[in-house]
Amino acid sequence: MAQLGTASQIAAGVRSGSLKAADVLEQHLAAIGAREAEIHAFNHVMADSARQRAAAIDAMVVAGHDPGPLAGVPVALKDNMCTRGVPTTCSSKILAGWKPPYDGTVVTLLQQAGAVTVGKTNLDEFAMGSSTENSAFGPTRNPLDTNLVPGGSSGGSAAAVAAGFAALSFGSDTGGSIRQPAALCGVVGVKPTYGRVSRYGLVAFASSLDQIGPFTRTVADAALALQVVCGHDPHDSTSIPDPLPDYSALLERGVEGLRIGRITDLPAGADPDVAQRVEQAFEVLTAAGATIVDVEVPAFTYGLTAYYIIAPAEASSNLARYDGVRYGLRVDASDTNAMYSATRAAGFGDEVKRRILLGTYALSAGYYDAYYGKALRIRRLMAQDFAKAYEQADVLLTPASPSVAFPFGSKTADPFAMYLCDTYTIPSNLTGEPGMSVPFGTGRQGLPVGVQVLAPALAEPLMLQVAAELERAAAGLDQGGAT
Amino acid sequence: MSQPTWTQDGYELVVGLEVHVELATKTKLFSASPNRFGDEPNTNIDPVTLGLPGALPVLNKYAVELGMRIGLALNCTVQPCTFARKNYFYPDMPTSYQISQYEDPLNIDGWLDLPDGSRVGIERAHMEQDAGKSTHVGGGEGRVHGAEHSLIDLNRAGVPLVEIVSRPDIRSPEQARSFVNELRAILLTIGASDAKMEEGSMRVDANVSVRRPGAELGTRCEIKNVNSVRSVGRAIEYEARRQILMLDAGESIRQQTRHWDEGDGRTHTLRDKEDADDYRYFLEPDLVPVMPSAEWIDAVRASLPMLPAARRTRLAEATGLAVDSEAIGSIVDRGQDDYAFAVHDAGGDIGRAVVHLKEAFAELGAEPALPAADLAGLTRLEVEGKLTATQAKTVVAELIEQGGGDAAAIAAAKGFEAMDTSELETMVDEAIAAQPDAWEKFRAGENKAMGALVGHIMKASRGQADGKLVTRILNARK
Repeated sequence: MAQLGTASQIAAGVRSGSLKAADVLEQHLAAIGAREAEIHAFNHVMADSARQRAAAIDAMVVAGHDPGPLAGVPVALKDNMCTRGVPTTCSSKILAGWKPPYDGTVVTLLQQAGAVTVGKTNLDEFAMGSSTENSAFGPTRNPLDTNLVPGGSSGGSAAAVAAGFAALSFGSDTGGSIRQPAALCGVVGVKPTYGRVSRYGLVAFASSLDQIGPFTRTVADAALALQVVCGHDPHDSTSIPDPLPDYSALLERGVEGLRIGRITDLPAGADPDVAQRVEQAFEVLTAAGATIVDVEVPAFTYGLTAYYIIAPAEASSNLARYDGVRYGLRVDASDTNAMYSATRAAGFGDEVKRRILLGTYALSAGYYDAYYGKALRIRRLMAQDFAKAYEQADVLLTPASPSVAFPFGSKTADPFAMYLCDTYTIPSNLTGEPGMSVPFGTGRQGLPVGVQVLAPALAEPLMLQVAAELERAAAGLDQGGAT
Repeated sequence: MSQPTWTQDGYELVVGLEVHVELATKTKLFSASPNRFGDEPNTNIDPVTLGLPGALPVLNKYAVELGMRIGLALNCTVQPCTFARKNYFYPDMPTSYQISQYEDPLNIDGWLDLPDGSRVGIERAHMEQDAGKSTHVGGGEGRVHGAEHSLIDLNRAGVPLVEIVSRPDIRSPEQARSFVNELRAILLTIGASDAKMEEGSMRVDANVSVRRPGAELGTRCEIKNVNSVRSVGRAIEYEARRQILMLDAGESIRQQTRHWDEGDGRTHTLRDKEDADDYRYFLEPDLVPVMPSAEWIDAVRASLPMLPAARRTRLAEATGLAVDSEAIGSIVDRGQDDYAFAVHDAGGDIGRAVVHLKEAFAELGAEPALPAADLAGLTRLEVEGKLTATQAKTVVAELIEQGGGDAAAIAAAKGFEAMDTSELETMVDEAIAAQPDAWEKFRAGENKAMGALVGHIMKASRGQADGKLVTRILNARK
């Protein structure tokens, strides 16, 4: 992997002419050729269009033009981002073969920045899951140990970066779907502030929670990627108009004087190997000059419950458009209602059906106040509690995932056990605040542990600053970990 | 003066109307596709209209402004508002939810004053998107049941609508028709909609119930598919009679949605309330609340033109006619009241002008080609007694045909010369002599006896005598 270089190194090399985008691409395509059959990170590899694109970028450099800040960087996109003329399936049978007639905003921005799209990555169907086992097209395997899951729902994107199939990838995070697989695959994963990255062209799961973000090998690459994809988009009414900061500005500053919050009432459930690394993270930040402060976030505990009302409620509405009338799968039947039922019964997997049922129930007349209404109140409480915590602390540190990567099938029989994977990531989706997972040593069986850095809205530079310090400290850690 | 309350067999009628109007925007409510009627099917579409995965709605600001115009014209309070999703499956609804306003509509608590002086409360006027259009073919007489297949046109999907919901203040079919007419006149005046019921850019649903006067509101039925102002009255009246027959037979009214059939003149059950969809409304997460600033609201209010009611009052006061007279109503409906004032400003008589406008200008639109000064010249001749009403009518027809001209010259060319008074006096003498009984009755105070005398004079003058002048002479002799 290391010889492939980071996104920052590739872009710098291609822009200066010292690297050819075509050569960089071939290295990554070779990695795909060697291991993709085993890992299944992709639903769709775009070797031909990527080769054309890399050649065009090299030609631009030769002609004296700058292809942009991601010049020649091989990028993989979660297969719930609309790409014009390229299949976009959400790993669902109901959208198999569907080719969008338009590019999402992030896809356009990446093209304008000189990136080379190598493929569309696998996910839990419609981004519902934490292991990528819910894909209609088969699971993705963790490149670090193919007996284990890569996490999810953006498991394909996390695996693509971990396996060296792409230098940079993008996923979507509705309850932890970037941060949890990043932790399980040992890469950096960022969920930006809600509204910072346009959702135009992202197939909706839960609109008020969904946010696109990058997977990278380094924190600096994450800052580079955010610089490209963040910004106001008139096509997304929830997009934030504030000017962009320099996401790389604070990476080298260290953490001297910063207040790092420890949530004293954090829900229990993290495995000892993970908890131990998080403790160690507090220690190295203290050693680097930060102060640890204890804060309380009482509503944190209720996040999972509120999330499993709000997200399915929105999903039940967002996924109602897959009715067999206009695009995707249609199963013919005697009349329209029977056609809807047959199409949706055949097209959706069990987890998607489970959440549509949950959400429909939660919004139903007579139940709205008891479920959806109450969940919205928890969401408001959550925002208040975090606001108070951020009066005392600059950032908060938690585990990204309660455990390291786990074996296939170990949680599929018990949906609730799978839902618990997102205990620590869900609250920042409910508040719309940014969070990221940064690899910090290893745990059981030498598997990577991700530490989550949480920050107030729009404080990504500060979040990246702390993550960069953890990244530097991680290089010197004993990689053994608890067993 | 207010409309008589409709009653039958001791029941009174209670009606509330829900009127959907398509807004006259260039583009759709949430996308840049054209909002245009009559184009080739499925040409005014885009990812948002098609409900494609990943597409997001962006609110059309001008549509909000037109929505505010409607609210302000209906004396509503414009308030911060939100959008919600109304979830239901139907093939011409591409996202399987309609974006509408539920808990916080743009406009609340207004009223509409009708020409007869009655006032109908407006509960709310909210914004929402239209669905596409389904055409059911191959049997089933255009209904989905029995059709072989259905064609879907999404040109209309996403077109901006405002739904105006009245309070149940309407008490007769005539008042309901008057409400629709007055609302339509306002929408046209403020440029919010072309409000064509036959093209579906204005659609009226009626909530109808009956009760004993003073009793609690009865169970209502909602009548749909009412496609003309005339049908509004017919459908309401039919439905009221149907409900009264049921109540008198000891049956109770079930809350239903009913379909008006123009052909057989009846309403038919569409669905019972128990079968209604649960729409599972929740706040639309892809949109943010709309917070109209006081400055914006004031600017929209200031930009509103004079509304039909105020224009009727203005014209009635200038002419001395009753505000709900047919002449005032029809001239303002046609938008010819400004023209009437232009005749006045050109030195003409506005009272005579209104008579001619009502009779002869029905097809000439809001800006008649005939110069106002020419009509003014004609009315001056009438007032000066140089032309009789009948002669003036002939001259007006000529002026309209020629697109203008000198009324005096036309009158001269037609040989219209005002009779002098002495000639008339002689005719009056002859009439009194010929009809002594009528004359005695008239003198005794029976004013209608005057008709026989005037008729005699008109006949003798072959219609050329000035009726007003004759009346004056007769009264003077009395």
